[in-house]
Amino acid sequence: MEYQYLFTRLQPSGPHYPGVKLPPGNDARIGHPMTARILGYFADAQIGPFYLGTLGVLSILCGFIAFEIIGLNMLASVNWNVVQFVKLLPWLALEAPLPKHGLRIPPLAEGGWWLAAGFFLTASMFLWAARIWRRAAALGLGQHTFWAFMGAVWLYLVLGFIRPILMGSWSEAVPFGIFPHLDWTAAFSIRYGNLFYNPFHALSIVFLYGSTLLFAMHGATILAVGRFGGEREVEQAVDRGTAAERAGIFWRWTMGFNATYESIHRWAWWFAILTPITGGIGILLTGTVVDNWYLWAVEKRFAPAYPAVWGVIPVPGR
Amino acid sequence: MKFNLIFGGVVAAVAALAFFVVTFERPPVATEQGGFRGTSMGRVENPRTVAVVNARNVAPPALEPAEDDPTSPRASEIYENVRVLGHLSVEQFGRIMQAMTEWVYPGEGENQGCNGCHVEGNFAAEGKYQKTVARRMLQMVQTINTTYNSHVQQVGVTCYTCHRGQAVPAAVWATSPPNARLHRLLSTAPEQNRPVAANALSSLPTDPFTPYLLRDNPIGVQSSASRQADNNSSILGTEWTYSLMMHMSSSLGVNCTFCHNSRNFSGWQDSTPQRVTAWHGIRMVRAINNDYIEPLRPEFPPHRLGPLGDTLKVNCTTCHQGVNEPLRGARMLQDYPELNPPPRRAGLEQPARN
Repeated sequence: MEYQYLFTRLQPSGPHYPGVKLPPGNDARIGHPMTARILGYFADAQIGPFYLGTLGVLSILCGFIAFEIIGLNMLASVNWNVVQFVKLLPWLALEAPLPKHGLRIPPLAEGGWWLAAGFFLTASMFLWAARIWRRAAALGLGQHTFWAFMGAVWLYLVLGFIRPILMGSWSEAVPFGIFPHLDWTAAFSIRYGNLFYNPFHALSIVFLYGSTLLFAMHGATILAVGRFGGEREVEQAVDRGTAAERAGIFWRWTMGFNATYESIHRWAWWFAILTPITGGIGILLTGTVVDNWYLWAVEKRFAPAYPAVWGVIPVPGR
Repeated sequence: MKFNLIFGGVVAAVAALAFFVVTFERPPVATEQGGFRGTSMGRVENPRTVAVVNARNVAPPALEPAEDDPTSPRASEIYENVRVLGHLSVEQFGRIMQAMTEWVYPGEGENQGCNGCHVEGNFAAEGKYQKTVARRMLQMVQTINTTYNSHVQQVGVTCYTCHRGQAVPAAVWATSPPNARLHRLLSTAPEQNRPVAANALSSLPTDPFTPYLLRDNPIGVQSSASRQADNNSSILGTEWTYSLMMHMSSSLGVNCTFCHNSRNFSGWQDSTPQRVTAWHGIRMVRAINNDYIEPLRPEFPPHRLGPLGDTLKVNCTTCHQGVNEPLRGARMLQDYPELNPPPRRAGLEQPARN
């Protein structure tokens, strides 16, 4: 009885499942499946078989090239000292081209490698997107994962490619580095007059935090109705049982409205992909259409004015 | 299974402990509201940290005042080769020499005390570079206290404001060599990406002093209109400005909102009056470095110069040392009228330089 329940601690083992038969034109899946007990505590205990295919191999290769370009330039910036590399890794970066180069192809040492890394990383992501499309099609799935991934690719392209071109300078793009990209984010917001007054930035945050809220609400609901078989979401969507009824009643009681077993997944998907889509729009408008978001918000009358507690500040140097 | 759980538990506990130790500060933390309510322009201070910083920033007790009978002979008439302080009475001259000794060369032994600047046994001799530098520094103090009231206000500065009992003030800077070797083929970002005190351990540019406190590169980056086509400030340039601001913040022991309303960094009417003081301070530091310290470069021996051969210059920390008013606003200057410039009329009557 215990293993039928959502919170099962039993891990039944049987023959490995090789997956559905693939349509003609597909490579064979590779690797003999194996079972890992520790994975079974978190998810499915079976690992493999894998499907790499041409797109997967090319994508990993391009990603590896980008990774190496970034890593070797970082290593050069600590004079090939591996100890310093490990110690300073969070601070190191492959920086975007210097402002003086505009949109020209800069020398390798002044941003050329950044362009190359960006090219290979972009290629890797598009190859991976194509792979997601092909794998989903081969399994007869819808393309929801592909479009969700493209949402993230959109934000990446706006930051590193589309907006720099509109601004006329590669130097507007993000460096590859752990702390450096965070410092870039802070500097970007300051340069363009406080990104918090960018309404699309605000929308992106709504969808980001909304995603986490929805995820928590959905996870909690399903776990809570698990004792009525509520974790069988597909069955419950088609044939509403007492779990779905109780889950719905709970939310109607507490907030007067409830999603359904089907619609909650649309809510989640749209919230998730709208996060990078709205965020990308906000970045795209920054510097191209609006140069100081705070002053823009004052003009549009949604930044509040506060009393001048210090009186008139004498502006020095004028 | 059990081992895995225990092992995982220990790893998680160590990670959590590390997180708490580096992230949290032991209370109490006192906040003081600065700007209009709701603007979060407060100061956040921990009394323990404040006590430590305050203990480091105490002005020494003043020496007994010296007589200044205007009819008494002047120092330049009694002593040989007195070029800057010749207008003082002999008593005043002796007093300020004693004070400078305690402020700059208080130690015992060779090259301490009077011998820090003077050739032993011959006060009038010119043998030591320290004497040349000290003269110029006295003139600098006079300039700061007369020309830069916009920054030092009525508090003023003395030698002790920077020196604190050391021949070379504790916080000085020289232009840093690049962080990485400039590579012909590889991108090494030699001006940033190192955690140093100046940039508050971030990956911002590591030497904000040379462009802003020696040269006068423009600091402001934001546009003064919502849509402005001619502002070509780059994000890299913003990172440079950011680095300078981190230096100012850590020098003064304050956060951004001491001067700025962070919703609108560049707007003067959203800022506090302290920002105006700081603006003049930046100009004052530039003048000190360019007019007084850097011209002394030929005087200094190599071990008193930076790695690139420039002088050891001042920045905000040199005086402020962690508090927003150096020495917590102690009015040392009013106890030492000897540091004031000579009255204009007396200046004209000074003996010609020999």
